[in-house]
Amino acid sequence: MATDTQLDLWEVFIQSKSGLPYIHAGSIHASDVKMAMQNARDIYTRRGEGTSIWVVPSKHISASNPDDNDMLFDPSNDKVYRHPTFYVMPEGAKNI
Amino acid sequence: MHNEHSDAHFQLRIDNGEHIEPKDYMPEGYRKHLIRQISQHAHSEVIGMQPEGNWITRAPSLRSKQILLAKIQDEGGHGLYLYSAAETLGVSRSELIEQLQSGKAKYSSIFNYPALNWADIGAIGWLVDGAAIVNQVSLQRTSYGPYSRGMVRICKEESFHQRQGYEIMAKMMKGTKEQQDMAQDAMNRWWWPALMMFGPHDTDSPHSSDAVKWKIKRETNDELRQKFIDKTIPQAELIGLKVPDNNIQLDEKTGHYTISEINWDEFYRVISGHGPCNKQRLDHHIKYHEEGAWVREAAEAYKQKHLKKELETA
Repeated sequence: MATDTQLDLWEVFIQSKSGLPYIHAGSIHASDVKMAMQNARDIYTRRGEGTSIWVVPSKHISASNPDDNDMLFDPSNDKVYRHPTFYVMPEGAKNI
Repeated sequence: MHNEHSDAHFQLRIDNGEHIEPKDYMPEGYRKHLIRQISQHAHSEVIGMQPEGNWITRAPSLRSKQILLAKIQDEGGHGLYLYSAAETLGVSRSELIEQLQSGKAKYSSIFNYPALNWADIGAIGWLVDGAAIVNQVSLQRTSYGPYSRGMVRICKEESFHQRQGYEIMAKMMKGTKEQQDMAQDAMNRWWWPALMMFGPHDTDSPHSSDAVKWKIKRETNDELRQKFIDKTIPQAELIGLKVPDNNIQLDEKTGHYTISEINWDEFYRVISGHGPCNKQRLDHHIKYHEEGAWVREAAEAYKQKHLKKELETA
């Protein structure tokens, strides 16, 4: 056989209704954006799961490295002034 | 300081109930076990389309034809969710298909039994999908993130499959004597293979202990099988079907049914390729994979043509 291929890998993101964030649903294979959109629709939204779809070629997604988690996602607990409870409000202040 | 790339640290994360994601460190055995289990699961969904596909043109009504089409489309979709999950572990779709077609990878041996008549479609939905659901509900809590997310999605869709099967059986049991006999005959043929779907007893299951330690499997083969038995026997009795086992007893103390010993010789015979339809299932898959090659080539050629155009106009 010549050049058999399973086509390119794409990631699918679905917004379940307007106003909500797009959430990663899974991936599909397709050769171009039109096929990717069609396959994403057929595979991930057969039961009204969404009102809008994003498809992105997987190779264009950069992911952080789990080894960097300590550095990237340090909760910065020393920076207590980032939390509202750090501030002293005058006695009797309301709605703040 | 602990080493994040050690098996001990990995096991600690598992014991803490954390999920493992594709880029996280994992022992080679964990990766291999997952690729085997997820791809076997994906192949089962796809091969499982065949015994039912055989009945689309012969469904007894438009309603049942529409339902069967939707169910088979779901099975195809489930196969794709699972192939995607397996691919996050670094194996390609082409490799997975090659492993299926060469016989290196297995699929659930239940699909090597034929669907002889319409009652079989009822029995497959009720018993085969019913057994699969018990397993899949448990796998929603599996430790590998992409597999777990795929399972959640599949479980949402799968319960219609079981209900449509039970509806067919219930309808036939309210029909003529001939229809009742057909339903009972399908029950007789599918009951034992459905119980075998959970795999060998825990004591004889070669991959079980690692899978439980790594929380890939959250419950053992025997625990899952017992759940299925306890759910299904009352469902059979409700519609007047007899479970083909004269030794069934309800243990009043535990609430569990006990059954006769399963015929494991048959299980191993079918797994090793000697079931009624093993050859037919694989031949069919290979035939349509090869006949579809031109579609994939055309799609690739179309993509290349447009890439070239974009470059020229850029």
